[in-house]
Amino acid sequence: MPLAVELSDVTFAYGRARPVLEHVSLAVSQGEFLAIAGPNGGGKTTLMRLVLGLERPSTGEARLFGEPAHAFSRRADLGYLAQRSQLTVDAPTTVREVVAAGRVARARLLGPLRSNDRDAIAAAIERVGLADHAGTPLSRLSGGEQQRAFIAKALASEPSLLVLDEPTTGVDVESQDALAALLERLHKTLEVTILYVSHEFGAVERFVDRLVLVRGGIVFDGPPAELPDLWHDPSHAHA
Amino acid sequence: MRLAFASGAVVGILAPAVGFFLVQRRESLIGDGIGHVAFAGVALGYLLDVSPVATALAAAVTGAVAIEVLRARRLAAGDQALALVFYTGIASGVVLISVAGALNVDLFSFLFGSILTTTRTDLAVVATLGAAGLATVTLLYRPLAAAVIDEEGARVAGLPIARLNLVVAVLAAVTVGVSMRIVGILLIAALMVIPVIAATRVAWSMASTIALAVTIGLSSVLVGLTVSYYADLPPGGTIVLAAVGAFVLTSAIDLVRSG
Repeated sequence: MPLAVELSDVTFAYGRARPVLEHVSLAVSQGEFLAIAGPNGGGKTTLMRLVLGLERPSTGEARLFGEPAHAFSRRADLGYLAQRSQLTVDAPTTVREVVAAGRVARARLLGPLRSNDRDAIAAAIERVGLADHAGTPLSRLSGGEQQRAFIAKALASEPSLLVLDEPTTGVDVESQDALAALLERLHKTLEVTILYVSHEFGAVERFVDRLVLVRGGIVFDGPPAELPDLWHDPSHAHA
Repeated sequence: MRLAFASGAVVGILAPAVGFFLVQRRESLIGDGIGHVAFAGVALGYLLDVSPVATALAAAVTGAVAIEVLRARRLAAGDQALALVFYTGIASGVVLISVAGALNVDLFSFLFGSILTTTRTDLAVVATLGAAGLATVTLLYRPLAAAVIDEEGARVAGLPIARLNLVVAVLAAVTVGVSMRIVGILLIAALMVIPVIAATRVAWSMASTIALAVTIGLSSVLVGLTVSYYADLPPGGTIVLAAVGAFVLTSAIDLVRSG
């Protein structure tokens, strides 16, 4: 399969500080379901930002679908779920309004939505099981339902790559299981490449093809079953 | 008086429509900062003996762009950019107005609004810039809303966030510029923010929040101007107090509904 993501010997530092990541090489084929885990401060969020082209490597190269990540030309192909703490909408906002925000890059920037855009928004809401709540304000939904609404937002542009940053934070254990099952279903039906970034991977471990542990660099890269016991709880990794 | 009502109607619609995006970006006080820069612009107008409205508008846009550039380039953290521009504006205003020897009643009308000073030319300027502002908000509504809901997500998706932020800053400046004759420099920010806060208490969606905020803004201006006319009070004060009344009302409705 062609590559969705390719990092070649990437080192990155914020300003003149010590590098957060050193000599990272990572190749993700299109259609893979990959979990990127590691302790807080280990560099996994930085790695995700490099992949998305939000940061440029100090040395080395980051590519998305064969193009330099920072200058990637088909950004509507990227679906992104930001950390919960960044998604605080103060105004009453319905599920449909949230999901429609994810379609803006694919639709015309100006003027009303076309019917194919409206269909894509409805389909994304349907996929996460919130069709009955499309007109409901987010504030009336549970934490798990709100997270599903934001996943639908990430799906609304019909992305080739879905990147989820700490998707289980603030979500109860039951909803975490449901979320993992939803992602597994989306991965199978949409054939989308998924990068699941989390300091804990819990329920999703059963579904991912590959687990990458990040701690200043990549300290493990392989199927979750091959993960040494020592690292099984990545938040307490003793690399 | 009719000219004041016509100008006021434009202001009543434009201010909450622009203010919505400021409130959602947690920049409720930015209008205040821009207002103080506009004050320096008014002073400059007196000093140079040109239209204070034109110089205030120019100063407001410059101040708004400065705040946005300081913030976007991380030259000043958090609300420091706002504080820098805010105080530079008010200090420059005081110095310039003293040099121009214009500490008089007309200045008071710029600070707290007036229903007697609106001219046909003012109305034409307010109507033109107001229509341009509303057209911009309408055309850019979806990308602006997307940036409000999830700025980082919108950036990943390739939306021109820096330019959209600049558009909001300029819109805020234009709103301050066109509103200051009616509401006054010191209270214009309130008309951008309070109707939005009032609307969020009872609205059920983003679209309904904006529609309701605009309705409250327009009603507040019409009620405030009427009271101002009959009671001979500065319209800035009566308009903003009418908006505060709307906030009390929607909060009471919210309380009854959820209780």
